[in-house]
Amino acid sequence: MTRVLLFAGLAEACGCRELPWPEPVLPGTVGQFEAALREREPRLAGARFRIAVNQRYARPEDALAPGDEIALIPPVGGG
Amino acid sequence: MIELSSQPIDASAVLAAVEGEEEGGVVLFLGRVRRSSRGQSVRHLDYEAYPGMAETELSALADEARTRLGAARVAIVHRTGRLGLGEIAVAIAVACPHRAQAFAACSWLIDALKARAPIWKKEWYEDGSQWISERP
Repeated sequence: MTRVLLFAGLAEACGCRELPWPEPVLPGTVGQFEAALREREPRLAGARFRIAVNQRYARPEDALAPGDEIALIPPVGGG
Repeated sequence: MIELSSQPIDASAVLAAVEGEEEGGVVLFLGRVRRSSRGQSVRHLDYEAYPGMAETELSALADEARTRLGAARVAIVHRTGRLGLGEIAVAIAVACPHRAQAFAACSWLIDALKARAPIWKKEWYEDGSQWISERP
C-alpha cells in the first residue's frame, strides 16, 4: 500500500488528506505514476502540483520503490 | 534553530540562536500578517506545512546560505495554524562576519523559502477564503 499525501487546496479538492493507492507502484517512474494518478483520480484534473518522494522534491525520471512516501505539493505560499 | 512552531514566535530567541563572537553583522527578518492583500481585507490566516519535509527544506536552504553565501549562522522559524493580524509568520536570523553578506543571505533565504518550502497559506476574508501562492 503506497501512501499519497495531499495538502492545502488539493486536500480540500479531494476531501481527504491521503489517497488510497493499493497496487504496488513498481516498476515505474515518478512521471509514470503521475500520469496514472491523474487518469485514476478525476478530482485532480487540471490541478498543478509537484511530487515529493520520501519528503524530497522528485523529478519525473526518478524511480519509485515499494513503501515510498509520495506527496502532491501544490504551489507553495510560505512566508 | 530550524523549526515549525504552532506557538507565537519569540524573535529574541531566534536572534539568540545566531549568537557568536566572529560574526559582526546580524540581520533579522520578520514576516507579519498584513491586513491588506490583493485589494481585500484579511481577517486571519491559516498556515499548513508538510511536517518533516518542511524542516528538511528549511535546513537545505540554511545549508545553501552557509556554503554559497557565507552565512555563518542561520536560524529559521515558521508558524503553523491560525494567525491573527500582526502576528509573526516567519522569522529568519542570519549572522555573518560583515553586514553585506548578512543582508544578502537573509534576503535570499526568504525568497527561497517562499518558492521551495512546502508551506501553504490560506487567507480568510469577510466573505470567503483562498489559498495563496506567489509563484503559481
